[in-house]
Amino acid sequence: MISIRNLCVEIGDFNLKNANIDVFDGEYMVMVGPTGAGKTVILESIAGLCPLTGGQVLLRGMDVTGLPPDKRRISIVYQDHALFPHLSVQENILFGLKVRKVEKKEQERMLEKVVSLLSISSLLHRSPPTLSGGERQKSAMARALCVEPDLLLLDEPLSALDPKGREDVQEKLVNIKRSLKLTTVHVTHDFEEAIALGDRICVIGEGEVKQTGSPEEIFRRPDSEFVARFAMARNIFTGVTVVSKEGEGCQFRTDGVTFSAMEGVKEANRAVVRPEEVVVSVNPLEEGKMENVFSGQISGISDKGATLLITVDLPPPISILITRREFMHLNPVMGMMAYVGFPASAVHLFHENTL
Amino acid sequence: MKTLFLLLGLVLLAFLTVPVAKMVLASDPVILIETFLDKEVLAAIFLTLYAALIATVIGFIFGTPLAYLLAKTDFRGKRFVEGLIDLPLVIPHSAAGIALLFVFGRNYFMGKAFGAIGLKFLDSLGGIVIAMLFVSVPFLIDSARDGFQKVDKRLENVARTLGATRWQTFLRVSFPLAWRSIVSGNILMWARGISEFGAVIIVAYHPMTAPVLVFERFETYGLDYARPVAVILILIAMTVFVMLRLLLYRGEDR
Repeated sequence: MISIRNLCVEIGDFNLKNANIDVFDGEYMVMVGPTGAGKTVILESIAGLCPLTGGQVLLRGMDVTGLPPDKRRISIVYQDHALFPHLSVQENILFGLKVRKVEKKEQERMLEKVVSLLSISSLLHRSPPTLSGGERQKSAMARALCVEPDLLLLDEPLSALDPKGREDVQEKLVNIKRSLKLTTVHVTHDFEEAIALGDRICVIGEGEVKQTGSPEEIFRRPDSEFVARFAMARNIFTGVTVVSKEGEGCQFRTDGVTFSAMEGVKEANRAVVRPEEVVVSVNPLEEGKMENVFSGQISGISDKGATLLITVDLPPPISILITRREFMHLNPVMGMMAYVGFPASAVHLFHENTL
Repeated sequence: MKTLFLLLGLVLLAFLTVPVAKMVLASDPVILIETFLDKEVLAAIFLTLYAALIATVIGFIFGTPLAYLLAKTDFRGKRFVEGLIDLPLVIPHSAAGIALLFVFGRNYFMGKAFGAIGLKFLDSLGGIVIAMLFVSVPFLIDSARDGFQKVDKRLENVARTLGATRWQTFLRVSFPLAWRSIVSGNILMWARGISEFGAVIIVAYHPMTAPVLVFERFETYGLDYARPVAVILILIAMTVFVMLRLLLYRGEDR
């Protein structure tokens, strides 16, 4: 297991405060957060490439905070691949084994292993500048894996790729995850990427760890407005919990409407309803089927390609994500009266510290 | 605008090339060959190339690590150190020669120290080398520093995480990626060393380097005797300079 304890880093204006993160053996942890949130700094701190102002990095219980990067057995793959431009792909892949003076036979065995895992045998004698984005990223991953690290760090490995390269590299990442069971920390600003790949997700923002949990937890049960917004929850309401008893259902009042919720959270002042959990109809909805049924005027229609976002003013405004087929069936127009409904289980309450 | 800029540039190019071209083209080939066969001229040219080469090797050994430190580390007083390195570019070279005498003269501390092991600087090859080194080493350090600065920090980071020590990272990543700038700096330093006159004439009038010989012949016999030596010096320096640059750029094309 890798444990980061009270990690503090200060670089220029950037300030990371008391970050605590645990990554279990064989786990694929995705660290997600907006650009400039400090994700790369955390990776470089784990690798020993960034000076710490405080805290510890523990690798399998051993404090490695004072160890130089070459003694940690932690590999890093950067967003822009960082292949050595003066070496061929094969020389790049074997770099780590050569500097460690590993026997030639072992070098050949490892080369064959990573090359077949990433399907890059045709690239071995190519020079990095002649490769496509996806090919470069796969070569950089092969180089990182060739030294058999205890921990693999991936810094936005898909961000600089075109959609085809992205799909290809993502598939390879899933392959690596399944076959090697290697402890991995992958950072990204893309929440969908985090959901698709992560065993667990750690949300970083404003120089601190905001929430760590399974994709399901982060997606459905954010514990702050920051995480809810980052998880594209869209419908975040400010209000008060009217009846709240631990373990029982409760009600949440916001802007003149009251939502029924399953969870009872004391002093909850925020409610989140994911837009894909809400149904919309031009005909009245049956009240018995869902605990929360409202009506209002359609105040916005936003085309997202495969899906559309409809906004209905209850008031307050609530966004509903529907498929294009549903849209054709519904045929909504601005100003039209619409009925919306969602179950109490779709309402997630939490307390946002507003101090 | 483009036309005006081109015209201004052409005027400057003409200013730089016409005097040199005129001097070369106006020379009588027979006199040039005679001069080339003159043992004193040959010895002066060989000494100039050789001394500049020694100065460049010393500059490379001591200057490359300093260039690396300046490119890759931040420390208090870094700007001051960079200013110190460029000092020889702004002080008159005759003054630099006098300053060197105050350190390497036989009655001064470095002169005495080296004198104890039989190395003297006044009127010797050693004097020519230190004069050339002093005035030309900024070219090497500045160029090498720019080269190291262009090496992406992440390439060095990756090398470290793959198991390379600082030394291995320097030798296998930073140096090979900066070598073109380092070689370019070496060529510049060597070329600048060859052309040095002011500092050399103060520290070591003898043995005579080619620029000193040109001056001596001009002073003693006049322009007609100085010119062939100058032309031969220019031709040799230009040939070597162009060959090295071509070698460097051919590598880049690959």
